[in-house]
Amino acid sequence: MKRIYVNEEWCLGCHLCEYECMFANSGLDEMFKLKGRTNEFIPRIKVEGEDGNDIHFAVNCRHCTNAICVKSCIAGALSKDGEGVVRIDRDKCVGCFTCVLVCPFGAIMPAPDGKAAQKCALCTDNIMGEPNCVKHCPNNAIVFEER
Amino acid sequence: MMNMFIPPEYEVVRNADLCIGCRVCERQCANEVHKYDKDLGKMIADSTKCVNCHRCVCMCPTHALKIVKSDDTYKLNYNWPVRAMNEVYRQAATGGVLLSSMGNPTENPIYFNKILVNASQVTNPPIDPLREPMETTVYLGKKDVEIKRDAQGRLKDTLPPQLRLTTPIMFSAMSYGSISYNAHESLARAAEELGIFYNTGEGGLHTDFYKYGKNTIVQVASGRFGVHEQYLKTAAAIEIKMGQGAKPGIGGHLPGMKISDDVSKTRMIPKGVDAISPAPHHDIYSIEDLRQLIYSLKEATAYTKPVIVKVAAVHNVAAIASGIARSGADIIAIDGFRGGTGAAPTRIRDNVGIPVELALAQVDERLRQEGIRDSVSIVVGGSIHSSSDVVKAIALGADACYIATAAVMALGCHLCRSCHAGKCNWGIATQRPDLVKRLNPDMGKERLVNLVHAWTHEIQEMMGGMGINSIEALRGNRLMLRGVGLNETELRILGIKHAGE
Repeated sequence: MKRIYVNEEWCLGCHLCEYECMFANSGLDEMFKLKGRTNEFIPRIKVEGEDGNDIHFAVNCRHCTNAICVKSCIAGALSKDGEGVVRIDRDKCVGCFTCVLVCPFGAIMPAPDGKAAQKCALCTDNIMGEPNCVKHCPNNAIVFEER
Repeated sequence: MMNMFIPPEYEVVRNADLCIGCRVCERQCANEVHKYDKDLGKMIADSTKCVNCHRCVCMCPTHALKIVKSDDTYKLNYNWPVRAMNEVYRQAATGGVLLSSMGNPTENPIYFNKILVNASQVTNPPIDPLREPMETTVYLGKKDVEIKRDAQGRLKDTLPPQLRLTTPIMFSAMSYGSISYNAHESLARAAEELGIFYNTGEGGLHTDFYKYGKNTIVQVASGRFGVHEQYLKTAAAIEIKMGQGAKPGIGGHLPGMKISDDVSKTRMIPKGVDAISPAPHHDIYSIEDLRQLIYSLKEATAYTKPVIVKVAAVHNVAAIASGIARSGADIIAIDGFRGGTGAAPTRIRDNVGIPVELALAQVDERLRQEGIRDSVSIVVGGSIHSSSDVVKAIALGADACYIATAAVMALGCHLCRSCHAGKCNWGIATQRPDLVKRLNPDMGKERLVNLVHAWTHEIQEMMGGMGINSIEALRGNRLMLRGVGLNETELRILGIKHAGE
C-alpha cells in the first residue's frame, strides 16, 4: 500500500507540513482563516528535531501491518480498512487513549476537544483527496509511495 | 564619527490579516529577518537584513508576505542616483572594494532584445516540428580536417574528438565551492539525462561525480584547483578558462568560509583558507604559451578530448579568438559582460567587457574572413535569457550556448545577488549544511531538465517557423535576423539588416 514516508536527508524542519495538516483537517476553506485559531487544531504530523538541530524528520501514522493501536483499542474504534489504512471512528472512541500510549511512533494523539483520539488517515477523511503534507512539502522530503 | 545609516532598499511587508504565525519564514531565513515577537504576539521583520531572495515569500503558505521597493528616498538627483550615493557611504565606512554577485544589472543595452527573427510566409513553407523531424543535435569541435584515404581508397577517420549535444545548450562553469554539492549534483544529473554537458568550473570535481564524466566538462583555470590526471581523464572535454564575462581581467576569490572539508579536498587546498585564482595564468603570456597548455592537456588525455578556451568578451575579442583558433583549441567559449559570478568587484562587473552579441558577431565574421571558422566551434554565454536568445545567438554564428544564470534560477535562485555572503537561502551558493540540504537534487535535476526541454521545444518551433529543419542550417544565418532601433554601426557590427530592409 502507498504510505507517507519521510526522508530526513531532505527534511528542513520548516514545519509547513504541520500547518498544511491542520488546514486539511480543519474544515476551513482558506488557510489564512487559521489565523488566531491554530491552538484549536492539532496536526497529525509532527516534525521531530528542535530548531537549530541538524536533523529533522516529520512523523505521522505508519499504518503498521500489525497495528498495535488496533489491537489495543478497547472500544473497537480503531480498525484497518480494506486498503490497509488504519482508521479511527470518533463515535466509537471512548477517549481511553490506550492507543496514544502504545503507538511506538507517537502518531496518535488526543483530538483538541480531548474526548477522542485523532490520527492521520492519509487525507482520505477530509476534502483534500491526497495527503496535503506531501503535496506542500517544499523539498520533496515527504513522499507518498509504495515501498 | 556618526554611523551613516543606509536605509534598506527593499522592505518586507506582511499582511497581518493573512499571517497565521506558522514561523516558516523565520525558520527559512538565514539572514534572520523574521522573528516571532513574544511581547507583541506576532511576527515582525527587520528589513535592514533582507537581501530580497524571496525564499520567505515563496514558502509562506498563506502568501502573507511581499517584498517591496522602499519608498524611502534621498533628494532626487539624476546625477547621483541612490545606488551611487550608497556605494560612497559604504566605501567611506569600510575602505574596501565593493563586492557583488551574479551578472551586471546596469542599464546597458541588451542587443538580443533588439533583434527580431524571421518566419516563412507563402513562398517557403514553415515546418511543423510536431509532425516533421527537427534536428537540434550539435557536434562541437574542430571540423577542418584533411580528407585522407587508405590504400584501398577508403576514407580514414581523421576527425578530431567532438562533443555531441542533443540540443545546443550547455550548463556553464560554476565551481564546487561557489555552488553547493547539491547544486552540482542537480546539474550533473540533468546534463546526463539531457545528453548535454555541465562544467565543473575551476573548483575541481568531487569524486562522487566522476560517474557523470561522460557529461562533464572540466575546467583548468589560473588557480589550477583540483587539476590532476584523473580529473582530466574523467571528463568529456577540458576547458581552459582565460577569462570570465563578469570579471574580465581579474581572477577569483573564494572566501575561506566556503572552503569546507569536501571543498578543500576537491580543490586540493587547505580548509578554511581563501582560494585565490590569479588574474593571469602565470604560464600564459602569449598565444604560443596557450598552445603549449592546450597541447599539454591533449597529450595528457591522449588526444581523445576536445579542448575549450573560454575568454571574456572584451574589446579585441575577434583578434584574440583568431589567435585561439590557431593555437589548437577545438572550441572557443565567449562570455559576455552580463555573465554571472559568485563574487566580483562591483566596478569590474558593471564596467568591464562588452555585450556578447557584438563579440560573437565579430568573432564569427573574423574567423570566416580568415577561413578558419571550421577549425573551432563557438559557444557563447553571458545572460542567455531564453530559447529565443539561443536562436538569435546561433543565427549570429554560435554553435551552442552556455547557460548558468538561467540554470541556477531553475534551481530556485531569485537573483538577490548576495552569493558572496555565503548564506544562500535556496541552498545554491552556500556550503552551510543546513542550507545546502534545501536543494533536493531530485527536484533540482527535474527542474533543469524541464527548462532545457522547454527551450528545445521553443527552438524547434522557431526554426520550423523559419522553414529550417536543422540547427546546422540556422548557424550563422544572419539573414534570419533583423535589428530594431539599432544604429548603422551596431547593425554593421552585428552583420544584420534593419527591420524592414
